[in-house]
Amino acid sequence: MAEKGKVTIVLHSGDMDKVYSALIIANGALSVGMEASIFFTFWGLQRLKKGALDKGPLSKMNMLGLGKTMVKQRMKAANVASLERLLTDFKELGGKILACDMTMEIMGIKKEDLREDLISDYCAVGTYIMEAKESTVNLFI
Amino acid sequence: MAEIKVNCIRENCPVPLVETRKAIRKSAAGDIIEVTGTHPTSKREIPMAVKEMGLELLGVSEDSNGIWTIRIKR
Repeated sequence: MAEKGKVTIVLHSGDMDKVYSALIIANGALSVGMEASIFFTFWGLQRLKKGALDKGPLSKMNMLGLGKTMVKQRMKAANVASLERLLTDFKELGGKILACDMTMEIMGIKKEDLREDLISDYCAVGTYIMEAKESTVNLFI
Repeated sequence: MAEIKVNCIRENCPVPLVETRKAIRKSAAGDIIEVTGTHPTSKREIPMAVKEMGLELLGVSEDSNGIWTIRIKR
């Protein structure tokens, strides 16, 4: 067991608001001295493609992107950090990014399509479950 | 022994907490980290993180403009 606790998150969704939730929680964990890992799978993995991090729709009231545009404007007014900044901070603070290799196969995603510099490991459920086993907090988003 | 200043004025969740942690990681034992910000919840939560990490909270203050200052000893 990680001495100071550990958060493991399965990021299954690629929705913009849910990617925010995952990164904010993970950064919060790292900020109090815990460890954090995010396992990007299915729609979540799409967000690790080059240039795709903030390209997901809103999980509710997306309205063909209109809702997303409105939420982004509100976020800008509230000075909310970009997903890119949150991801950079996550890596700087020692967070681990795991990419689901089965999703890569199903969706025809190659390593070079992904942001390889950020990814700690390309793996499957076994690696994830070993991470989760030693975690004190485990979320599916 | 250095004094490190972190300006988080106008920054929203989770930036003040994250920037505090980044500064702590870069600091050496004995350094003082001074964080200023305006996000109200961070004023409560940064001291929680300081306690969790076993560091010393030197003080929390707030001026009349709602700008708070948190001082931490590494």
